[in-house]
Amino acid sequence: MKVTNITWRIGGEAGFGILTSGNIFSRSFSKKGYFVIDNIEYPSLIRGGHNTFISRISCEPIYSVNHDINILAALNHETIGLHQEEVAYGGHIIYEGEAGKQEKSNNIRKDIKYIPVPFRRIISEQGLHRVTINSIAIGASMALMSHDLQSVRDSMTEAFREKDAKITGSNLKALELGYKYVKEKMGIKAYELEIVKPAPRLLLTGNDAVFLAGVRSGCKFYAAYPMTPASSILHSFAAAEEGYNIVTKHAEDEIAVINMAIGASFAGARAMAATSGGGFSLMAESLGSSAMTETPLVVVLCQRPAPATGLPTWTEQGDMLFSLFASHGEFLRVVLAPGDPEECFNITGKAFNIAEKYQIPVIILLDKYLSESHFTYGSLDPRKIKTDRKNLITSDSGIPDGYMRYKDTSDGISPRPVLGLKKGVHIANSDEHDEYGFTAEDGHNRRRMTDKRFRKIGSLMTEIPPPRKYGPASADITLWSWGSCKGPILEAMKILNHKEKRVNLIHFNHLYPFEHEMTEKYLEEANMNVVIENNKTSQLSKLIAMNTGHRIMNKILKYSGRQFLPEEIINSIEKI
Amino acid sequence: MAAEQKKSEYSLKPDDFNTSRRPTWCTGCGNYGIWNSLKKVFAELKLYPHQILIVYGIGCCGNGANFLRTYSFHSLHGRALPVAAGARLAAHRMTVLAVTGDGDGLGIGGNHFIHACRRNIDMVNILHDNRVYGLTTGQTSPTSRQGFKSRSTPSGALETAVNPIALAIASGATFIARGFAGDPSQLQEILKKAIKHKGFSFVDVLQPCVTFNKIDTYRYYRENIYRLEDDRDYKNDDRCQAFERALETEKIPTGIFFRTERPSYEDGLKQIERKPLVEHIISDVDINKLLNSYY
Repeated sequence: MKVTNITWRIGGEAGFGILTSGNIFSRSFSKKGYFVIDNIEYPSLIRGGHNTFISRISCEPIYSVNHDINILAALNHETIGLHQEEVAYGGHIIYEGEAGKQEKSNNIRKDIKYIPVPFRRIISEQGLHRVTINSIAIGASMALMSHDLQSVRDSMTEAFREKDAKITGSNLKALELGYKYVKEKMGIKAYELEIVKPAPRLLLTGNDAVFLAGVRSGCKFYAAYPMTPASSILHSFAAAEEGYNIVTKHAEDEIAVINMAIGASFAGARAMAATSGGGFSLMAESLGSSAMTETPLVVVLCQRPAPATGLPTWTEQGDMLFSLFASHGEFLRVVLAPGDPEECFNITGKAFNIAEKYQIPVIILLDKYLSESHFTYGSLDPRKIKTDRKNLITSDSGIPDGYMRYKDTSDGISPRPVLGLKKGVHIANSDEHDEYGFTAEDGHNRRRMTDKRFRKIGSLMTEIPPPRKYGPASADITLWSWGSCKGPILEAMKILNHKEKRVNLIHFNHLYPFEHEMTEKYLEEANMNVVIENNKTSQLSKLIAMNTGHRIMNKILKYSGRQFLPEEIINSIEKI
Repeated sequence: MAAEQKKSEYSLKPDDFNTSRRPTWCTGCGNYGIWNSLKKVFAELKLYPHQILIVYGIGCCGNGANFLRTYSFHSLHGRALPVAAGARLAAHRMTVLAVTGDGDGLGIGGNHFIHACRRNIDMVNILHDNRVYGLTTGQTSPTSRQGFKSRSTPSGALETAVNPIALAIASGATFIARGFAGDPSQLQEILKKAIKHKGFSFVDVLQPCVTFNKIDTYRYYRENIYRLEDDRDYKNDDRCQAFERALETEKIPTGIFFRTERPSYEDGLKQIERKPLVEHIISDVDINKLLNSYY
């Protein structure tokens, strides 16, 4: 059967390299020019438990993973029980077994073709390591897809580059054996994935894009405390620190992290910190320090289901309102929520410029799905990030006599010096202060300085675009969403807009300050508004109501710790 | 310290470190002794105001940010050390000091203190140790002695006190000293050495709070202090001996308990070998090589 799309899932016990194998699988297709989106699901433990990786391959642009699996590679029996329901009608399951022997389970679906592969026998006969079971399964899968092995071999060799040559060798051997077994013994060619024009694509996660944009933006100081799903940003910065002359600091806790970043930024270096909700809670007080001392700061908040420890390795959009209001007192901040890795890249670049120009904290919201899932792009254009260091004084000639660090200017922005300039000596003060920075408690000054700090919003608003409309200009149903829900909604719209009801999407990747004009226009002109978001309490509809007075009553909410899948959105819309 | 001491454009006097604001501390507060000593030491070391960054925590000592003319950052309660660390790593030619109090530095900021000691970033932490929360009108602090009666422990503190010197020794600081605000000549010698020392220098300064601590007074300290430098047998390069002295309670030693040479944190960073982070050009960082690794 010729196909243009294949969704593949591999599942097995945690600690057996499912993530590595999944990445190898995805990359072997992105290298050839296919569009790929994947997602790793794993419990918060190192050994035991169930890990699974889904990878969707397509000849055409895709925006999210989906529900229906064509090939399920089950490395253990548990995987069949957990995922058989997701297998598309007529799909295939690769499982531990011998050709000619039937799968003996009372849970057999008649439409599914069960493909036995004797993983254990192959491993023991060939003297391979147990973990090569993954590679046998990939080989078997490639045979089912009648796809050659060369690009898998390439990405496998690359993935194990830093390991013992023996490891690469035995995995390559396992790959061949799995392939041969299905091709020769079973003689099955289930799918023929159409060939695409060879054009290698970038395969990266939201976290990768944040990191790349950070380096491009001249982030010189990155601090973090390990916390899923933000940790991969720390790993990337740590690996790049010597090549790109960046100081990466794994500090004692997130309070130290944010304050080190504030210190480095105060000195004049661009600085960033990333964390998840728990760490962000610890940072909350110090966000106000950035605001009060007018020290630029970029904080990335990779959300995961909470409260407390919550579901550490799963996804949710539960921290939007928290990020808008975190820390005591009233102050200006920017909250951004990229919808995919490309937006992560461009928005992170913008975040550094905004933080530095307006001397305020900027928060970028991701979630586990966006942080850890890979997406393909032909390229990302570094030129889209232009470093704008306006309002940073780098030489004494730029400092007037009688310099006032917090001068009450017409736009509220007071240029600040790099640490060490002769004429720039000043006090940066977390107490309320006068224009020089000296502590001042009189009421007149308090009002004046509060107004000064908030006055920045005038020019800041010119940087905030309206939410973006996707799909037809007018529709029966207008969906409202933010952040990573963009992909599954766009994917659902592909199908929905071939049916009766016309659907469009208003997507926010700039949440705060809130854009009123176009948002209100969109709200009024819509036939029916529906909010879709990955949380329990519909935080976007609260944000919209708070800023426009408009209450959106129809909500599609998911808070199982899993991201939306297009099929679910289609079902929900069809019920409206 | 690695601060570049440029040829003096003007001869430096302690008064050059005054701001337009006058101190608001209580008459007789130990903060005056520390403030005056710092100004004198900076002038003697020919460190100009623009070559110095002092990061302050919150407390009476933190209010000093308004009275001492250097680059200063008046941070949050307990957070002076990480702010100072970040600034120093970004601009490592600056002389960096962190001014903390006993509640600020050992209570709410205690975790940062332990890690700052072992991290060994080249900076000085001056702990204004008055054994009481002054700015919040006199509550028991981490260094208040057991049994100390205050508004937060009217029947006497149940906990034993933190021993800042012993904690610093255990945590791996490379220069550890104790001064007394009422002995400026010794304090100035300690501060000079602390600033010159490469690595994390910790100076615990006994500082009477004339308003809220009626036990740890100037008189009490004068009667109970002895100087380590007066003890010819004491060598300050031995961690075990330093620990023994740190645990003495009947008589209180002042002076340098311990000093050792160890590469500073900055020494391990190739990234800043050639110039400080703040001087790196970032207008057009080439990421093509990185991007290519994602294909």
